[in-house]
Amino acid sequence: MAVPLESPISFTNVGRIRWWQRGIFASQTGYVLLALLGLLIAMHFASPYFFTQGNMQNVAKNFSFIAIATLGITFVIITGGIDLSVGSMMCFSAMITSMVMSGLSTPGMPGASLFVHLAADGKTVVANVPGLILLVSILAGLVTALIVGLVNGFCIAVLGLSPFVTTLGMLSIVRGLGYVVSNGRGSFPGGPDADYFYALTSGDLFGVPAPFIYLVILAAVMAVVLHHTSFGRHVFALGGNEKAAELTGIPVVRVKIEVYVICALAAGLQGIIVSGWLGSAPANMATSYELNVIAAAVIGGANLAGGVGGPLGAIVGCVLLEVIRNGLVLAQVSSYWQQTLVGVIIILAVLVDRIRSRIT
Amino acid sequence: METAGAAGQPVLELTGIGKEFGAIRALHDVDMQVFPGEVVGLMGDNGAGKSTLVKIIAGNFRPTQGEVRFGGNAVHFYRPIDARVVGIEVVYQDLALADNLTAAANVFLGRELKRKFGPFAFLDHNAMAARALELFGELRSETRPHDLVKQMSGGQRQAVAIARTRLSNAKLVMMDEPTAAISVRQVEQVLGLIHRLKEQGVAVMLISHRMPDVFAVCDRVVVMRRGEKRADKSIRDTSPEEVTALITGAKEAA
Repeated sequence: MAVPLESPISFTNVGRIRWWQRGIFASQTGYVLLALLGLLIAMHFASPYFFTQGNMQNVAKNFSFIAIATLGITFVIITGGIDLSVGSMMCFSAMITSMVMSGLSTPGMPGASLFVHLAADGKTVVANVPGLILLVSILAGLVTALIVGLVNGFCIAVLGLSPFVTTLGMLSIVRGLGYVVSNGRGSFPGGPDADYFYALTSGDLFGVPAPFIYLVILAAVMAVVLHHTSFGRHVFALGGNEKAAELTGIPVVRVKIEVYVICALAAGLQGIIVSGWLGSAPANMATSYELNVIAAAVIGGANLAGGVGGPLGAIVGCVLLEVIRNGLVLAQVSSYWQQTLVGVIIILAVLVDRIRSRIT
Repeated sequence: METAGAAGQPVLELTGIGKEFGAIRALHDVDMQVFPGEVVGLMGDNGAGKSTLVKIIAGNFRPTQGEVRFGGNAVHFYRPIDARVVGIEVVYQDLALADNLTAAANVFLGRELKRKFGPFAFLDHNAMAARALELFGELRSETRPHDLVKQMSGGQRQAVAIARTRLSNAKLVMMDEPTAAISVRQVEQVLGLIHRLKEQGVAVMLISHRMPDVFAVCDRVVVMRRGEKRADKSIRDTSPEEVTALITGAKEAA
């Protein structure tokens, strides 16, 4: 039974996979990125307006409006789950933020005296500490999202309900709560801090839209978290083989709850940013956005079966959707075609990946 | 081959273990001892209770009756991690690997090596890859730490699963059909590894259907039938024919 264990191993019959057959080059994200570049070049020749600064700013802003939520849902999709409550969450967080902001800025409302006082003329409202109302109201919106995420995660990870059903219910619950708290009227960010709010959400820095800056920062953080922390590793392991994850002692319940919380927080933040651009948080805001967000993630290469996905894919998916929308407008094609085309692209993207994995 | 350490204290001691699933009695009054540096073959037909016994020792199930002692102390496992903490490692039949991760990532799954940067801890990819390569080298397996598990052969997957048990200083390694789905040469390697574990004083429980493997590496064989222990014999005092008869029930007990 003596096996010479000390001699060095040689890789005689195990070939090394070529660089172009692994990593990003062999992923759906890679192909879609290539298609996107092709599309950008085609757009450049199709319309002289496409690569103008104004249009680029528009594109960057518009895709940032779903991309942060897409980053969040990508975590959930990698674990093999799904979150359908994203659109409702965007609306509800935005609503809570703007309601808290205008509530705290109205003298006479409960708690408002801590934050504002009337100026000498008896009409102008002045903040006691500039920016504090903004901070509190955004925190209120995010805490709301955190609670919804915790409930989602608890139902799915602890009670063992199906993610689809749980979040479908949550879609309805959260949307309903939005109508309840606002009485269906929607709400507007107001008060002395509203200007800061608009500057932070729809302003720009050296011509770069603020939402785009947040997106880039969050995507970079997400890339590090997914690939260089044990949490990220556990997220992938959960999507690859949940039973193995459990057997190797990964805290499966905790990781699951965390991804749903991350997803809800991203959606909440996204909603708050969108409401700054809209100037209000109507009760029907972001209706059916969950479908856009999931579509963008899937086009970008996140696998609904779990185990695959990343921030680059999420962004590429969002950009592709926005460039198509923008391109159809510039090409003066009826914008009703957009939905049809998006559907075709979802199927094509997944199809190309399937064909590739059959070949290799 | 002497039954190493048989005189010393058993690393694992089961007394009167029973397990019921509703009306089904999966295990009844099983007593068993495993000593350090000893390789015990656990044999039995499908449904004989081998898997249930393994799962009780590994912390997947709690026994309905009886006591588990490990290293001299009574232990109660609520989850598999509890068993792993005291030094029991299991190589599962389906290997429990995440296909979408690399070999090194799978070896270190759940106990990643990290480097601290202020309040943050990041994965130490290089250290994990180096240690994984070392372990694969010990196993004489042609497995690259950076390759994805989904692109690997059955033997390479086995090496990854076994390498995982070598990370911690396990006192008892249980292997569920480790030689069922791999090539002849790799069977040889796995049996070689079992010998290596034995040399280092690790107790090994080998759950297998393959009679030649059991007789090649085991010191002792335990035969289960219908949830009961029917035989517990030194490998020198028995023969493949007798074990087969015990498994099938042609011979009631020995």
